[in-house]
Amino acid sequence: MKVIQLKETVTASNDRDAETLREELTMRGVLLVNLMSAPGSGKTSLLTKTVQDMPDLRIAVLEADLDAQVDAEAMEAAGARSIQAHTDGMCHMDAGMTRAGLEALGTEHTDLVFLENVGNLICPAEYDTGAQLRVMILSVPEGDDKPLKYPLMFRNSDALIISKTDALPWFDFDLARCAERAYKLNPTIAVFPLSAKTGEGMEAWEAWLRQQRKEILHA
Amino acid sequence: MHEMGIVLHLAKTLDETAAEEHLAKIGSVTLQVGEVSGILTDYFQECWDYFKVRHPLLKESKLILETIPAVTWCDSCKRTYETVKYGRECPYCHSGETWLLRGNECIIKQIEAEEASEDELKTDEEATGEQP
Repeated sequence: MKVIQLKETVTASNDRDAETLREELTMRGVLLVNLMSAPGSGKTSLLTKTVQDMPDLRIAVLEADLDAQVDAEAMEAAGARSIQAHTDGMCHMDAGMTRAGLEALGTEHTDLVFLENVGNLICPAEYDTGAQLRVMILSVPEGDDKPLKYPLMFRNSDALIISKTDALPWFDFDLARCAERAYKLNPTIAVFPLSAKTGEGMEAWEAWLRQQRKEILHA
Repeated sequence: MHEMGIVLHLAKTLDETAAEEHLAKIGSVTLQVGEVSGILTDYFQECWDYFKVRHPLLKESKLILETIPAVTWCDSCKRTYETVKYGRECPYCHSGETWLLRGNECIIKQIEAEEASEDELKTDEEATGEQP
């Protein structure tokens, strides 16, 4: 027997797959956004509104959340193609599952794909799916202390959407304090407080998404 | 579910190493697991035992788990302390301005393995070629 020093993270193989997938997607002109949040944070409402607001982009949704049947119907009604991804009972999506999902979905005539990750603030943060952008959603009812409790998710995200701001009057949620906590963990994170219900704040998020798409895909 | 997922990722990483280094079987895998990585080591061991007998490369392998103690840094008084014992609040100055320095890792430190013989190598290459 010989001893081989590896000093590699357990997910090294996944990290390599993710990097390959990311490069392929960029070359094909497809922006993949990994959307992560706890269940009930308003992912579906946010996506529905975003799809409706951006009719010039061909958007598709890869659903990994467990109550995806309802989600798929909502997406179709809004005008986005969607498909159920198979996580094989896992608590997160990895690069292999994402690739398989994208292949089943078909991305030839697609500008933007949202990967609706499994509703969970822990595991999805640890696995690179190959997405060029990582966006997390935190809804007002969940509380502004979440950056303290799930630091990795905040550290690994490009943007933080604080959803359901229309509910702010009824909750003890301090927007400034939440943003400050997020910036501490991740100084470059973009923060978008918004309400998919009233439409408030949607413009800033969508403008950022368009800008990112331009920069990443050189489109 | 989380532990099983990690076992699958670990196996995939080891498969790639085995292909690169032409290994026939792995005798032991030493894993360094952070104290606050969220991995339950007993459960992880069970998942490993369940999985390895179904995976020829790992069938006879032994899993050795080493713990990396979790250490937190206090940004207010510039000292470090044991994360598991004191949690988020600094035991010296009671500040909440604290950050985890280490203890969240899951690293494959080393493996012991047997190299494939010439014959096995040929079969290995054929098999690898067929994989997606």
